[in-house]
Formats: sequence, structure tokens, C-alpha cells
Amino acid sequence: MEQSWKQAKAVFAAALAAPLAWLVVFFVAPMVIVWAFSFGQNQGLTEIAISGTFHNYARAIAPLYLQIFLKSAWVAGLTTALCLVLGFPVALAITFAADRAKTWLLLLIMLPFWTNLLIRTYALIAVLRTEGYVNMGLEWLWKGGGALAALVGLKPLGAFQPLELLHNNFAVVLGLVYVHLPFMVLPLYAALDRLDRSLLEASLDLGAGHLRTLLRVVVPLALPGIASGVLITFIPALGAYLTPDLLGGPDSQMIANVIERQFKRANDWPFGAALSFVLMYLTFIAVAIQAVLAKRTPEARG
Amino acid sequence: MSQAKPIITFENVTKRFGKLAAVDDVSLTVNEGEFFALLGPSGCGKTTLLRMLAGFEVPTEGRILIDGQDVSNTPPNKRPINMVFQSYAVFPHMTVADNVAYGLVVDKVAKAERDRRVEEALSLVQLDGLGGRKPDQLSGGQRQRVALARALVKRPRVLLLDEPLSALDAKLRAQMRTELCTLQEKVGITFIMVTHDQDEALALASRCAVMNKGVLQQVASPNDLYEFPSSRFVADFIGQVNLFEGVLAVDEQDHAVIRAPDLPVDLFLDHGVTGARGATLWAAIRPEKIELHKKTGETPPNLGDAPAGTNAVAGVIRHEAYLGGSSTYEVEIAGGRRIKVQRSNLTRWDQEDFALGETVWLCWHACSPAVLLS
Repeated sequence: MEQSWKQAKAVFAAALAAPLAWLVVFFVAPMVIVWAFSFGQNQGLTEIAISGTFHNYARAIAPLYLQIFLKSAWVAGLTTALCLVLGFPVALAITFAADRAKTWLLLLIMLPFWTNLLIRTYALIAVLRTEGYVNMGLEWLWKGGGALAALVGLKPLGAFQPLELLHNNFAVVLGLVYVHLPFMVLPLYAALDRLDRSLLEASLDLGAGHLRTLLRVVVPLALPGIASGVLITFIPALGAYLTPDLLGGPDSQMIANVIERQFKRANDWPFGAALSFVLMYLTFIAVAIQAVLAKRTPEARG
Repeated sequence: MSQAKPIITFENVTKRFGKLAAVDDVSLTVNEGEFFALLGPSGCGKTTLLRMLAGFEVPTEGRILIDGQDVSNTPPNKRPINMVFQSYAVFPHMTVADNVAYGLVVDKVAKAERDRRVEEALSLVQLDGLGGRKPDQLSGGQRQRVALARALVKRPRVLLLDEPLSALDAKLRAQMRTELCTLQEKVGITFIMVTHDQDEALALASRCAVMNKGVLQQVASPNDLYEFPSSRFVADFIGQVNLFEGVLAVDEQDHAVIRAPDLPVDLFLDHGVTGARGATLWAAIRPEKIELHKKTGETPPNLGDAPAGTNAVAGVIRHEAYLGGSSTYEVEIAGGRRIKVQRSNLTRWDQEDFALGETVWLCWHACSPAVLLS
């Protein structure tokens, strides 16, 4: 099985050629073009002169855009943290569920992927808007409470004020957490499921309670899984476009929305390209940090 | 160990997983200071029994007592028992010292005292100076010592060992066997070991319980298990055995005769049998208790304790395995039955007399067969 590619160069080359060509034509080439654009400037409506200027990058890290980068990182970070807090117990529960239930629970986690993101986001709008299901439910409770208050002779509660749940940062984070939770749960589950159960039993056997076992044994050993879950959640959340666009308000635009505007409405491709590459470099840095951390933490072997 | 003081008692313990009874109505007492072995083939329920004792499983029926206290529903972290897991379960993210200290930190033992006891435990298992190592820098044998130290440092009333030697190579296994014995004598803690390896159980344990299909078969010292098995299962599971099914033909106070269809001669016993005449029973003869003689004439050798025409039969050597110190043979007798014989190679030449195809006499003493009623 351990046959080296060196012994079958022709076969290896044949197998590699098609995917390699695909990657070059549809991934590397467009990236290089966009990268080149980032060093150019507009000439007229459609012409771009690649002059080697760093002007676009200078603009990209100007305070106005830097702020949006920071805000995007903050929103993505908050999303990741919430996903971790929510996802860890879920992953733990699935790990310890009966074998038959496990399959179904994992299916439930993956089910949202089968629905288009746009449709899911519109569904969220229907839930969150002023006349949405949340406010309808609250209003029903409010009225019920009011009737109850009247019944026991308290003064009425007054008119129901619907909560502003949509078109603000809250809605964006909620939407991002909703979309990205499976990305967190799956790697966490993979890490926890690999854990040698006898390690947990050993901890209990030595007198530790469940909480200590969780904090001293489970979490440290699941650290590589936590790191990959964090990364795999943070990166797409950082570049999120649709969710802030549809659920956010005027102050909740993220960097991807700015990039989109440069390419479309502002028709400033060179600047949009520069912003894209700054975002990409940030992502690389995040991956590099994760790789360094992963090297430091010991392998979670039994 | 002069007077046996019970420390662990199983009272009619049954554990069912669904419909299957993994442990079926087991009653058993383990005494203080014993090295007790639970022995049986895989799936016999011995591990389930151990896990119930550790607290990882709750008995479906019956009670488990430690020092007279019912612990059937006590969680594992509240029991005065520690366990060495089959996989050792050494925490991979902690140093050796942190692994050993884990249980003491839980018990809120002060730092100075803790360090002293960790050091003591490490030196007990001969891991002095390795406290700073990570488990992945240790060999399998060393990891097992860490698991031992980690359990013993808590000074448990009982130490449980789940297949302690199964993951070690043969040489290390023999060494650890001796060390476990020494260790147990040194710390004086009751050890309960689960194993499927009969040699291991016989060598280590002061008493063994043999289990099969969830049912306790026999509890006895290794010597009694081997020489006085209570059933065909135990006789067959512990060591090698030749089993002859037969009926009781004569049953007197001081002797009995069993007639076995497989044997052309009667089996003469030098003691009476408590069984109905004509009832089916089994005679079990260990291979090393059958003597092998070169066949030089038609008169069978007589060992002097059985009438002529019993306890001796001629056969042809059909299989031979030379093991160095001894050789084992399979001898085919009239009727086609093959009998296992083991013979010590007492001189440097005599195994040459018993080559493949050689005709030989087999004979045994009147006290050698064990009579089994089930």
C-alpha cells in the first residue's frame, strides 16, 4: 500500500493532472488576477491599469476601513465564542448518547446544510421581524398576563411594545451563530468521540466529580478539536456576507459587505481587491496561530 | 491472613444488559489481604463484575458490600477502591507526577504531603526520577507502573486490576507477574484481578473464581482448581485435560470403577464416588499424570495401585511437540481416541524413545483421575 509516487510517476501525473488543471484555471488564475488588480487603479469605467501602486492597501488600512475590519473580527469572535459555549455541551451530549440516537442527532445537526442559506436567512427574518413569530408569541403572553392581572385586580399592563430584533448587531450575531453552529459541533464531536472512555472512568475512579473530570480531563484532551472548531467557525464568520446584509442594520456591515460594494456599486475593483487580500492575510494569520497552538498541545491519544 | 476477614461481599448479584444476563446470581466473598483472581473466557461476565465493584455499572439485582456497607448505588468517586485499567488510562496531557498526584489533589491533600506521597508511590513501582516525563515518553510497562502508582497512592482498601498483563510482551509479562506479587505483599492491600489467562491467575492469585456465561463455576485456591475441579468446564478451562465420559460400574467405600466407552480398559479409582451407580459421569486426567512407557511386550506396566487390566492402555504416538523442558504427545489408542500426555524430559536423550509412530503404553495411578458429576 505504501507505494511511493516515485515508482509510478506516469500514473501519479495522470491522476494529478485533471484536478491540478482545474485548480490552476478556476482558483489560482482568478486569484492572481484579483491580486494584480489590487496594485492597480481605475482608468475610465472598465479599464484597470496595473501600476504597482500600494495606494489601495494604504486606503484599506485607513481608520475608516480598519474599524470595519476590527468590527468584523469582533463579530466573528463573538460568534465563535457563542458557538463554542453552545456547541460543546451539544457535542458532549451526542458523544454520550446511545449509538442509535447518535446517528439521528448528528443528522439533526447537519440538516440545516440541506437548505439554502438564503432561505434559512429569510426564515430567520420571519421569526425576528416586528410582526414575527417571537414578537407574536411575546404579545400573546403579554395579553394573557394582562388578562390575568385584570382578573386579580391589578392595573392593566398597557399596550404591547414589540421588541426590535431585526436589523441590528444582535440579529447579525444570532444569524451567524445559527449558521455556524454545525461547523463547531462537528469537529468537537469528532474530538470527543475519539476520547478514550477509560480516561474519564479513571478520573472518576480516582475520586474526581464530573465537573473536575470535564475541566481537567475532557477539555484539555479535546483541545485540538476545540482549536479546529474555533478556526473553522471563525474564518467563514469573518468573511460573512449574506447574514449581515440581510439581518444587519446600517451599523452592522462587515468587511465582506464593503468588498461587495466596491466590486459592484462603487465599481472600484482595485480597492475591493486590496480589501479582499487584507482579509485573506488576516485569515492566514489565524490559521498560522492555530497551527502553532496545535503543535504545542499534546496529541489527544489514549 | 490467619483469620479471614471479609472485605468484599457480592450477594446474589445479577447484571442484565437488555435480556442478556452478563452476571447471573453471583455470590462471592473476598477476604482482606487476598490476591483474588476472577478468571474466565472473554464474555463470561468477569469484567462486568469488576466494573460493578468499581461503580461503573449498577447491579440489576443483589447487593455489593465493602466492609459490610452496601455500596451498590455508590458512585465510583465515593468508593474506597481504585482501579488499574486494561488500557492503563494514564492521562496523556499530564506528567507522570501529575498523574499520580491527581487523586490526592481531588482529596485536597496538602502540597508537601502530596509531593512526598507521590514520590513514595513512584519509588514503590520503581519509577524514581521519572515524575517529569510525559506518558508518551514511557514504554508500555512504565505506563502500567504509573497506573499502579496512581491507584496505590490513594491507599485504597481494594485495588482492582483489569487484565493487568495482557498488553505486555511475554518477557515483561513474566517480570510484572513477579513484581505484582511482591508489590501486593509489600502494600498489604487486597488485590482483585480480572484475567482470561489461567497461567496468570494460577501464578498470582491466592484464590480464584472461575466464571462462565455469567455464572460462578468454582471458587478455590489455584491448587484446588487444578487438582479438584468441580466441573468439566473448570477442568477444561484450567490447563489441559483428558475427559472420559462413562458410567459408574463399581462404587465401594475404598474404590470405584468407571467404564468409559472411549477406553478399552476400566478406570480404577482408589476412592469411592458419591453418585448413583449407572449414572453418567466424567473422569478427568491431566496429561502430566499419565505415564508413557516404551512398549516392549504384551504385559502392561502396573503401577501397583490398581488391579491388572485397568489404568493402562496401549497406543501409537500420532503427534509430538517438543517444548524443551517437557514434551507433549497425542497418543491414539484402540478405538481411535487420542489421549494427551505430557512428559518431562528428565535426561538429555530419553525423548528419543518416543518418536512419532512409536507404540507405547499409557498408564496412570488410581488417584490421578478426578471424577466430575457435571
